Amino acid sequence: MIGDSRDPPLVRLDGISVRYGDRRVLDSVDLSIARGERIALIGPNGAGKSTLLRVATGLLRPTIGRADLDGSSVETLERIEIARRLAVVPQQATLPFATRVEEVVALGRLPHEHPLRGPRASDRAAIAAAIERVGVGHLLGRDARELSLGERQLVLIALAVAQATPLLVLDEPTVHLDLRHQVGTMELLVDLNERDGTTILAVLHDLGLAAHFFPRLVLLDAGRVVADGPPHEVLGPDRIREVFGVDPALVRLRD
Amino acid sequence: MATRGESLGATQLALARTGALRGRPLLVVGGGLVALALALVLGVGFGSVAIEPADTVAILAQRLLGLDLGREWTAATETIVMDLRLPRVLTAMVVGLGLAVAGATFQGLLRNPLADPYVLGTASGAALGAAIAVLIPVRAVFLEFGLLHGFAFVGALVSVYTVYRLSRSSGLAPLTSLLLTGYAVGSLLAAGLAMAMYLSGAALRQIFSYLLGSFDAASWVRLGGALPIVLGASLAILLRARALNGLLLGEETAANLGVDVSRERAILLALASLATAAAVAISGLIGFVGLVVPHVVRLVVGPSARLVLPVSALGGAALLAYADLAARMLGEIPVGVVTAVIGAPFFLLLLRRARAGYEL
Repeated sequence: MIGDSRDPPLVRLDGISVRYGDRRVLDSVDLSIARGERIALIGPNGAGKSTLLRVATGLLRPTIGRADLDGSSVETLERIEIARRLAVVPQQATLPFATRVEEVVALGRLPHEHPLRGPRASDRAAIAAAIERVGVGHLLGRDARELSLGERQLVLIALAVAQATPLLVLDEPTVHLDLRHQVGTMELLVDLNERDGTTILAVLHDLGLAAHFFPRLVLLDAGRVVADGPPHEVLGPDRIREVFGVDPALVRLRD
Repeated sequence: MATRGESLGATQLALARTGALRGRPLLVVGGGLVALALALVLGVGFGSVAIEPADTVAILAQRLLGLDLGREWTAATETIVMDLRLPRVLTAMVVGLGLAVAGATFQGLLRNPLADPYVLGTASGAALGAAIAVLIPVRAVFLEFGLLHGFAFVGALVSVYTVYRLSRSSGLAPLTSLLLTGYAVGSLLAAGLAMAMYLSGAALRQIFSYLLGSFDAASWVRLGGALPIVLGASLAILLRARALNGLLLGEETAANLGVDVSRERAILLALASLATAAAVAISGLIGFVGLVVPHVVRLVVGPSARLVLPVSALGGAALLAYADLAARMLGEIPVGVVTAVIGAPFFLLLLRRARAGYEL
């Protein structure tokens, strides 16, 4: 096992099964994430990746099994306690009203700000730092609804960075980004992980990016974890052919 | 590292310049308070017996604040100001405040810019309640509260509760379900109202005047009944501004930002409905305030509920006080007509000018 026995893993999923009626979305999934890890969750469409994220973040109660965050069951934690421990970058989010980029990023401080007095100087500093870190300063003052999908994605990442949690969960963070921004986002995640010690759990579709930037891959197929380890172990040619049903030559892996 | 520090400084500067949380809230609140004070003086001064603004101010200062401004006035003037006009102006303000805050809350909660305080059936419930009260041949009055006020208040709350309960048993997403159930229940109640009006005969005019809204019958006692409910509910909503802010990006993101969504939705729904029910019970159905005011306010102060709620409260109070003044100047026409006539063109103008389009 990774980590010290006295230090519980940041995330621990124990025998998680999720069923919608007769359909098994997750089937006895075990996953343990230690502090400071950087993990990519990969697998074909419908493998249960997003469902796994929803269980780990406490949005979905598993049919069977137990999900722990920071040593306590997510079911017993208040939403605000969860929000101080993990931030989630959604695939997309819509806004009903005109909202400036900095106002969207500021929402990341909701779990920390004073319930009555609102954001304080320390919150404003965290907002500025997150905007700087993610590099969305040139978007300030613009209505977030007028941005391109890629720009919106970066703003949502800035929001999660402003939330300043030990765990950052991302659901396909590069899906709307061009190649340069994909690599830039990956480098940002690596930097957040290595310099700040933020634990990263990201669902990724691009196996090349996952293998290049993440030391540990968890491969999900039909609701089960079929491989968990370093990229060269997880992404063997046979397994790519078997799980994704494509010619492994299509997936270029750098070593 | 120097460049990093410098550019961070630049970001902070840029944030301050664009107003990270759109600065100048104090200016906006100050402007609202001045508009409100002016509405008070003008509203109390105007009427069949004109009272000079200086006298109005002196009477209000003495009676409300205990200040002696060294002016003399007749007892009749004081009666007109204190017993007739002041409760009317204050009622308009309290109703406007309640409707604007409830409107801002429903829009944020349902994530729908077209939502207003009446969207989940409060209006049709109150109207049907009022109509039934008019039709019942019993006249019971307790402390100036007739059957009409009580039935309207209860009707509004019962219909929202029904909508909420029914919406929870549907398989749709919660927000879609609430809106569609609200629409369906509202239609049913509207049919009941139409039937009641059809049967009402000579009482039709009374029902009709309730539907248009008016502050004719304002009194201290009625105001005293509604005021604690409207102010209490509005204050409680303001204390939950964080939940409304979290909902800006959707329910799932709100949950990830620490909001207990289903609990907050139920609480905010109950509070906004209480404020609406208390407002419509003493004034009838006044449209447009709850829809337009929050939108105008958002264009000025941005979408943060922490600012939208208090500024909408001031704006709604001022708007209805002026609308009632206009209604009286035009010979006691229903105030709901005035809010629609000034509100609609203003809103259209605003939509044309707003650079950021409204996505529905």
